[in-house]
Amino acid sequence: MRAVITVIGKDRVGIIAGVSTILAGCNVNILDLSQTIMQDVFTMIMLVDISRSSVSFAGLSDSLDAKGRELELSVRIQHEDIFSSMHRI
Amino acid sequence: MISPFEVIETIKMIQEEKLDIRTITMGISLLDCCDPDAGEACRKIYDKITGLASDLVRVGENIEREYGIPIINKRISVTPIALVAGSSGEENYVMFARAMEKAADEVGVNFIGGFSALVHKGYTTGDRRLIHSIPEALSSTKKVCSSVNVATTKAGINMDAVREMGLIIKEAARLTAGQGGLACAKLVVFANVPEDNPFMAGAFHGIGEPECVINVGVSGPGAIKSALEEVKGADFGVVAETIKKKAFKITRMGQLVAQEASKRLGVSFGIVDLSLAPTPSVGDSVAHILEEMGVEKCGAHGTTAALALLNDAVKKGGTMASSYVGGLSGAFIPVSEDAGMIDAVRCGALSLEKLEAMTCVCSVGLDMIAVPGGTSSDTISAIIADEIAIGVINNKTTAVRIIPSPGKEVGDIVEFGGLLGSGPVMKVSGYGSGEFIKRGGRIPAPIHSLSN
Repeated sequence: MRAVITVIGKDRVGIIAGVSTILAGCNVNILDLSQTIMQDVFTMIMLVDISRSSVSFAGLSDSLDAKGRELELSVRIQHEDIFSSMHRI
Repeated sequence: MISPFEVIETIKMIQEEKLDIRTITMGISLLDCCDPDAGEACRKIYDKITGLASDLVRVGENIEREYGIPIINKRISVTPIALVAGSSGEENYVMFARAMEKAADEVGVNFIGGFSALVHKGYTTGDRRLIHSIPEALSSTKKVCSSVNVATTKAGINMDAVREMGLIIKEAARLTAGQGGLACAKLVVFANVPEDNPFMAGAFHGIGEPECVINVGVSGPGAIKSALEEVKGADFGVVAETIKKKAFKITRMGQLVAQEASKRLGVSFGIVDLSLAPTPSVGDSVAHILEEMGVEKCGAHGTTAALALLNDAVKKGGTMASSYVGGLSGAFIPVSEDAGMIDAVRCGALSLEKLEAMTCVCSVGLDMIAVPGGTSSDTISAIIADEIAIGVINNKTTAVRIIPSPGKEVGDIVEFGGLLGSGPVMKVSGYGSGEFIKRGGRIPAPIHSLSN
């Protein structure tokens, strides 16, 4: 199962490190990563494989959310299907 | 991989434009709960609902979390209770409403629909008893919703039922006078009622439906308005295309959630209802979409045409996005549940007459309309008759959810709370309709050739 992690907020040191440390700790593999500044807002989008994750989806989501609060950013994880069903026929 | 712009568009629709799944509604047949002993029937109803829907809320919450899309309501609709309770000798059906309420409490849903009767051609004994029980049933429960279908295009209009519903609505208002007549907000009078509608208060599980089914209602007025902001001044071809594309995307979410919920619950997938359902919160208004199209205030001349375009484009965009479409599917215009409608009524731009015209081209009808507490039952029946006639002649669903709020006058505000919002009390005609309503009988079914 694949999921999309989005990080949106003000750019700062340690965003990728912070998020990827959590993912590595949960045995979540990063498949793709893109990062851009959209309208002065730092936006990072990661495609990850959570099929071998050592924690539940809810647990992973909570950890990322906590990291987001620590870094003062919005960090969310969503099942990939929500994007593919909306944007692909 | 999905492009970053697409990811951001989805997140923006959810976070800023308030896109959500309005409801996952589980339809449950209660036909096998009939019993000559009403107490036994109620026990069967409770057991069946709590058995089938025990995981509904949990599954809904899990989907919400995993997909990151809010699912506002989890609800249940059941077989019209008049059909189930009619097997018993019981004359007062309030105990059936209490059994529904108890089951809804147990599984954690916020509304349960189906305290209903279908009387478009006439009453059975069960129908009559159910309708008499409505005021007490709705005033002594919180989650139970009721609906009565008084007309169809094929059967015509049961004017005896129209007359009676005026009295029932007045009585329901009287019994909940302390809450502004709240019971009436849970009661809908229909023409051509759909059997798979997931939205309250009019949801019930029709007799052509399977044992158990999942129906999903989407929302998203904010997303449509926001898309239109980007095509300011463009012609109507562009407006219609823009709405269609957005409606497609909104509906795809509904389809995904419906399929996932049906898979996880082991229940068949019924339909996605394409309705644009507003809420009282800012940025979630159908009226504001119409204003974005260029009418200064909802209710100004041009509003009906704007709504017709919106309703049609939503259906065109949504139909391709879902494998099965049903329910009401269109734009809802409930006054008290839409911030833009409330504003329009308050400033005098939107009248009951204009709303009636708007209902000719959109999905439901006169919805969540507060009128003065002194409005007579005859006038309420006549308002129902007018609205129902629109549905019957135009071969579409129409409905009336009207609240004659005790002690309130035109211009007062009635607070219903939560999703039901707050409604400004609207003016009704001061001229009577008593002699018209008194006639009773049936208005025959219309002819559908020689159309003009």
